[in-house]
Amino acid sequence: MKADDIKSRVVEIIRTVAPEVEAGEIRPDRPLRDQVDLDSMDWLRVIVAVHEKLRVDIPEKDYAKLRTLDDWALYLQPKLERTAG
Amino acid sequence: MIEFKLPSMGADMDEGKLLEWRVKPGDPVKKGDVVAVVDTTKAAVDVESWQEGTMHEQLVGVGETVPVGTVIATFLEPGESAQGVAKRAKPPTAAAAAPAPAPPAAPAPPVEPVAAAGRKPVSPAARARAKELRVDVETIAGTGLQGAVTIEDVEKAAAAPKTGADRAAQMRKAIGAAMSRSKREIPHYYLQEPVPMARAVEWLARENEKRPVTERLLMGVLQVKAVARALAKAPELNGFWTDGAFRPSAAIHVGVAISIRQGGLIAPAIHDVERKGLDELMRDLTDLVARARAGSLRSSEMSDPTITVTNLGETGVESVLGVIYPPQVALVGFGRIDVRPWVEDGTVKPVSMTMASLSADHRASDGIRGARFLAELRERLQHPEEL
Amino acid sequence: MKRMSYREAMRQALREALASDPRVFLMGEDIGLYGGTYAVTKGLLDEFGPERVRDTPLSELAFVGAGVGAALAGMRPIVEVMTVNFSLLSLDPIVNSAALYRHMSGGQLGVPLVVRISTGAGRQVAAQHSHSFENWYASIPGIKVLAPATVADARHMLAAALADPDPVVIFEHVQLYNLEDEVPEERGTDIASAAVRRTGSAVSLVTYGGSLPKTLEAAAQLAAEGIEAEVVDLRVLRPLDMETVLASVRKCRRAVVVDETWRSGSLAAEVMARIAESAFYDLDAPLARVCTEEVPIPYAKHLEDAALPQPAKIVAAARATLGR
Repeated sequence: MKADDIKSRVVEIIRTVAPEVEAGEIRPDRPLRDQVDLDSMDWLRVIVAVHEKLRVDIPEKDYAKLRTLDDWALYLQPKLERTAG
Repeated sequence: MIEFKLPSMGADMDEGKLLEWRVKPGDPVKKGDVVAVVDTTKAAVDVESWQEGTMHEQLVGVGETVPVGTVIATFLEPGESAQGVAKRAKPPTAAAAAPAPAPPAAPAPPVEPVAAAGRKPVSPAARARAKELRVDVETIAGTGLQGAVTIEDVEKAAAAPKTGADRAAQMRKAIGAAMSRSKREIPHYYLQEPVPMARAVEWLARENEKRPVTERLLMGVLQVKAVARALAKAPELNGFWTDGAFRPSAAIHVGVAISIRQGGLIAPAIHDVERKGLDELMRDLTDLVARARAGSLRSSEMSDPTITVTNLGETGVESVLGVIYPPQVALVGFGRIDVRPWVEDGTVKPVSMTMASLSADHRASDGIRGARFLAELRERLQHPEEL
Repeated sequence: MKRMSYREAMRQALREALASDPRVFLMGEDIGLYGGTYAVTKGLLDEFGPERVRDTPLSELAFVGAGVGAALAGMRPIVEVMTVNFSLLSLDPIVNSAALYRHMSGGQLGVPLVVRISTGAGRQVAAQHSHSFENWYASIPGIKVLAPATVADARHMLAAALADPDPVVIFEHVQLYNLEDEVPEERGTDIASAAVRRTGSAVSLVTYGGSLPKTLEAAAQLAAEGIEAEVVDLRVLRPLDMETVLASVRKCRRAVVVDETWRSGSLAAEVMARIAESAFYDLDAPLARVCTEEVPIPYAKHLEDAALPQPAKIVAAARATLGR
């Protein structure tokens, strides 16, 4: 999956938790939680949705690596390729 | 709905010509009010209402002549809403009635089921679907038989764009009223206590490492459970102040403050927290947050928290001194979990901390009890594995 | 495919039964010389002779009882009862003998009896010849109750009934005899299942026998208003095929049961109760029924029409379930 595709999938998932977010509104290089109102419960729902829809498990210790959309793409890309292969 | 029929005002009257309406749609009608003026060929007569309600629809126009017994208007019964009341066909006027034999009227349905007394009619299928879609059937106008909410109504309501603005405005008003009452009536006292969180944070990290994504716990759950455990030492913080006296509650239903995306706040209860394990509490909390945001909470969850917990730490504040939600008598707040300098055995070391606070009703408890509660809460959070 | 009337289909079924099985014989009032009150058996006396097409005295108790005996003794009698009103005289041999012997003999005795009973109103033959009691029969364990409502079922249900080792009662609605339709050549049909006669998704109209054509007409009127009704023909009144009914109700979420018996204790009441038991949470509107008014069926045409289920009543009931 290409980085842009990953980002749009992640935004899609975030929108299921925070429906007020417009797809184009999120800047990929800025911290997500500055742009979207996500508390820890929302965050957990995003993580669970990523697990269900993209079949990627994200350990809690990696949460800190996922600050921006760009981070998400960087983090998920190798994992998704592995699953695809 | 009330049918207002043209009465016979004399044995020889069999029709009447409407001269004037005295009540407009939407106007209230009391017994004895003049609803219309009708020409009976003998005189213009004031037609009074024998019933009480609100004018819904005028079915006959000024100048039209209709037979006695014709429904000339419909009223809404007290408490009935205009939504869901079907519009009626206008009756044929006497002049328009053709001399040819009228085709037989469509038969009425064989039985009109009677709606449950005092209960909004909702079809079984609609109720089930509403539960699935987390839609509150009480807010839906029904289009089915006798205004019953049907499955289609539920699906439409679920699909309709949220009237966020309305709901937010209403909620703002409700919060305003409750908080004003609280500050007017409840003599609050406030206590704060720093609580080391290193053990809880580490325990939670270890625990979540072992768990699949779908079973991970949040710190909020540990805090809620710790509050319930600590309440065992301070029963005068758990319950209601009603009719000038404190009524303690045996069960501990912890209201959790949940912010609503469209604005506003709601604090529904997780029931019987003292009896539930962390996993069950996590499931309850997840479900509660989802439903709170979908606006489909049960009334018991809204009305029966015996104490409230609020956590504003995620927005980055150090501590919160909350306003008690009446008729409760206490509110526990948690601030941000931060690494702070902590003095132990004469040395300063960095420790994960949070500021726990208690707002309590001085009518029900004194500061000493509140202090004991916070000390117990601190202690409980040092043993997360026991929660 | 062959086009024929319901009456002709029934006659062909009887002729086929007589020709193919020497144990089969017909018995009933006026079925021989006169050719049957509704002319179903016309010509069969000439074709098969008085041994196999037997006119009986006017005693339902006697000749239905004789049918039970003949069946016990190994014959395959087909007994015709002129109207369901008269069949009350033969309730004892049917209810107290035929229906019970399998049970009371520990399975040793079967009564392979077929009783054909004409039922229903609409021909201005007044109260003593116009009622519908098939719901009574449908409440009795030990017998099967059939209600062929189409020409094809009239043609093929009899063979299945004869093949059954236990008593079968067939109700033929008097208004159906002149019904004409194409009948498929292939033989055989089941006597276990209901049939969907028209598919739709807005409301299930569940009916049987003489009410089927009225219900189909109502469905056509509803379709003109944009309401697609599904019509389920029960076909077998005992045992009821609720699987088919429930599948339809679960799809449509609304149901109207149309039945020419009187409303109180009607077959419709039973069907509705079973729907409520099994599909309550699927329902989107209260269940409704269209039955006969609780009066003796009147003689006068307009009163008879008013007393019976009619397409307009069915349409109104169906609309009401939709809140219209």
